[in-house]
Parts: sequence; C-alpha cells; structure tokens
Amino acid sequence: MRVVVDFDLCESNAVCMGIVPEVFEVRDDDFLYVLQEEPAEELRPKIEEAVRRCPKQAISIEG
Amino acid sequence: MEAVAVVGASLAGLHAARALRIEGFAGRIVVVDADRHDPYDRPPLSKQFLAGTWDRDRLTLAPVREELDLDWRLGRRATALDAGRRSVTLDDGEVLAVDGVVVATGTAARRLPGTDGIAGVHVVRTLDDAVALRADLDAGARRVVVVGAGFIGAEVAATCRGLGVDVTMVEALATPFERVLGPAVGSVLADVHRDHGVDLRAGVGVAGIDGAGRVEQVRLSDGAVVEADVVVVGIGVVPATDWLEGSGLTVDDGIVVDETLLAAPGVVAAGDIARWPSARYGEALRVEHWDMAIAMGEAAARRLLVPSHGSPAVFDHLPWFWSDQYDRKIQLAGRAGADHAVEVVVGSVEERRFVALYGRDGRVDGVLGMNRPRHVMQLRALADERVAWDEGLARARALG
Repeated sequence: MRVVVDFDLCESNAVCMGIVPEVFEVRDDDFLYVLQEEPAEELRPKIEEAVRRCPKQAISIEG
Repeated sequence: MEAVAVVGASLAGLHAARALRIEGFAGRIVVVDADRHDPYDRPPLSKQFLAGTWDRDRLTLAPVREELDLDWRLGRRATALDAGRRSVTLDDGEVLAVDGVVVATGTAARRLPGTDGIAGVHVVRTLDDAVALRADLDAGARRVVVVGAGFIGAEVAATCRGLGVDVTMVEALATPFERVLGPAVGSVLADVHRDHGVDLRAGVGVAGIDGAGRVEQVRLSDGAVVEADVVVVGIGVVPATDWLEGSGLTVDDGIVVDETLLAAPGVVAAGDIARWPSARYGEALRVEHWDMAIAMGEAAARRLLVPSHGSPAVFDHLPWFWSDQYDRKIQLAGRAGADHAVEVVVGSVEERRFVALYGRDGRVDGVLGMNRPRHVMQLRALADERVAWDEGLARARALG
C-alpha cells in the first residue's frame, strides 16, 4: 500500500492528521507531510477513512 | 433487505450509498436527486468554481466515479414518502417500493422576499446557481452587493474581491459572525474583509431591491442606497422537507431522528436535513457542515443495515468545519457562540494566525483556528472530551 497526496489539491485542512497522525502531519508551515509513504497494512482502514474525509479529495491509495 | 432508496444525492446521500456497499449490502440502491447534474461538491461553488480556477469536472464527488452499482434517478424529484410502506413517489409517477430509505434532501437557500423575477439576484447553493452568478460576473458586473455576512456570503465576497469586483456586504448583526463565533472573532473577520476592500455595512437590513427587470440598486434599512449590478443573497437555508408532508415522519426544522439517526422503522435521515438528539450537547442538533454530512451518511447507512450488520450505534460526531476567505482559513471543531467565553491560546489576533478556545459551563466547547490547521487538529480533543476550561487552557498553551 502506497499513500499518495496530490499537493496541488491539498489545502492543509489537517483532517487526515486527525484520523491517522502516524501517517499525516501538518506542520507549523501549514504544509502537509506524509510521514510514511508505505504504511503498515493494519492502518489501511484509517487511511481509507482519511481518503473519504479529505475536504479536497487529495489523498489516494495505490495497491 | 433487498432494496434501498437514497433520496438526495449530495454528500450525505452519496456517502450513505457508498457505506451500504462497503458494509456488504448487495441489493438494489436507487439514488434520486432533483438536480440533473452528476453529484458535485458544494464548497468550491463559492470559491474555486466561482473564481474560474476549477472547472466543473473537478467538482464531481468521488463516489460518482466508483463502481457502486447505483440505480440513478437524477433530475427527478421525490414528491412523497410513505414511511410505513417504505415507498417513494417521484415526480414522473414512478413509485419506488423499497425496504429501506435514506432521506438526505438537504436544504434550500432562503431567498429575499419580493425578489423573484428580478434578474441579477442570486443565491449560491446549486451548481446552476453558481453558473448563473459566474455568468453575470463574466458579463461585466462591477458592483456586487452581498446580503448576509455568513460563511457563503463572506466566501463569495472574498472571491469577488479576488476578481477585482467592488463588493458591499450587508449584515443585519452589529458584527458579522457574532451569533456563530462571538463578537471578538467576528470583528477579526470583519477587519479581514475591510482590509481587502469590502464596504461592510453591519447592523443594517435590506429594505428593498429596485430595478426595471434587472437589479439596479439595494435600499438599506438605514436609508442608504447602494448601486448594484449583482446581488448575492446568503441568508441561510431551510430544510427541504416539503415533500415529506403526510409521510409519517416528524418534521420540526428538519426531520427529527433518534440518537441512531432512525426516523421511522426502515427510514434514516442524514446531512443538513436531519435533527438528532446530541448526547454531547444535551440538545437536538441540525448541523450543515460538509464533514458532518459524510459522517451522518455513513452512520445512517450502517443503521439501516441493523440487525443484519450489528446493533444500533449512537451518533455523536464532533462538529467540524472550515471556511476559506482570501488567504485565511477558519476552522472550528466543536461549537462556539456569542455567549461563550473566548480565549486566544496560540498565536495572536493581530497576526491573524491564532487558536481560540470557546468555553461554556466551565468546559471547553470549541477550538477555533485562523490559519492554524495543525493546532486545531491537535486540540480538537479538548472540545471532543469537553475538558475543564482551566485544564483546556493549560493544555493548549503548552502546545503553542
């Protein structure tokens, strides 16, 4: 599983960070950082929730 | 259960349909919406789409492109529901006889009385609304009057200023956002708009809109007259419950549902239209937020599948919303209001980059951020858990 963020769409609402802080982090510069691009499989349900809840539909999962 | 009708194909309805599939429901799902367009996301209508930076394709909601095996009835209006028989009647006479119904017809924009038939007077709720407003702007409108400085009005004002259009914003309250965010934060937002050249007229109402077929001027309650090529009305919404008369559901400023989103056996409601008893706040809530619509749609779908998929779950999702105006992003987790204590805990109002806590009854009720998305997410637990006010202040300041 690979987490992909379209940074042209992302506007740093930080919803993903609220759901999976292990993977997504919005820092003080207001930009989103993906902490793990290939996270453990057990995080998949939470990442899928982050995909659904992203206000800009900027996150996708490959594989 | 073999067939479900989802009435209303915006955020709540579509996410309900998707959740039904995710939970393994393999039966028929009929999705009805009076809007003829492929379901679209509404927040960009007042921002990127209105500004012309996003095209229509980019608005299409993700579930539309997924293989959810939905039986679409777009451009078809539901005219009646019989909750007891679980049947939905459409405007062309088709009757959907189903086992479960998701009611998600949302809300409709309130209009100014007496403005029907005056060209150039707009609301922004649907894609067609936004296309019509955009067309007036493209045709050379130079003076826009925004009636109502709520979130839609304020976002439209910001977008219009970005397009170089003159904007006058008329607000009945003495301070914009006073009722929802309190006077302190409301006045910060008012200043943001003034600094971007908005002529803000607060504490006045609209006495009338004049024009020969097309709007020419707006008369205000203080006697002032503002010339206008376009008027955008953002004075709130009303639940789209007209079609539910005689349905057997309880309608009281929305559809009254129980704490599991059930409106009647086999009938759930979600999104802007649903009023549910919030255990968190000890009162019935009807919330019009984007994030809440998704959460409610998903929860309502799961509720419909009880008992084949588990037992009823109490719905009590923490409200959260965002609004983008110019280069400022306002986010609120929990709730705020004019009667809450307000304390800035991170950053400062002067730099317009801060976090404020809202408190009531000795507890944290809301976490508001302006250009502080990280902090809002990190501090939302204070509102979620409604921690004691002093403890909340200490925890927030330690983070800043």
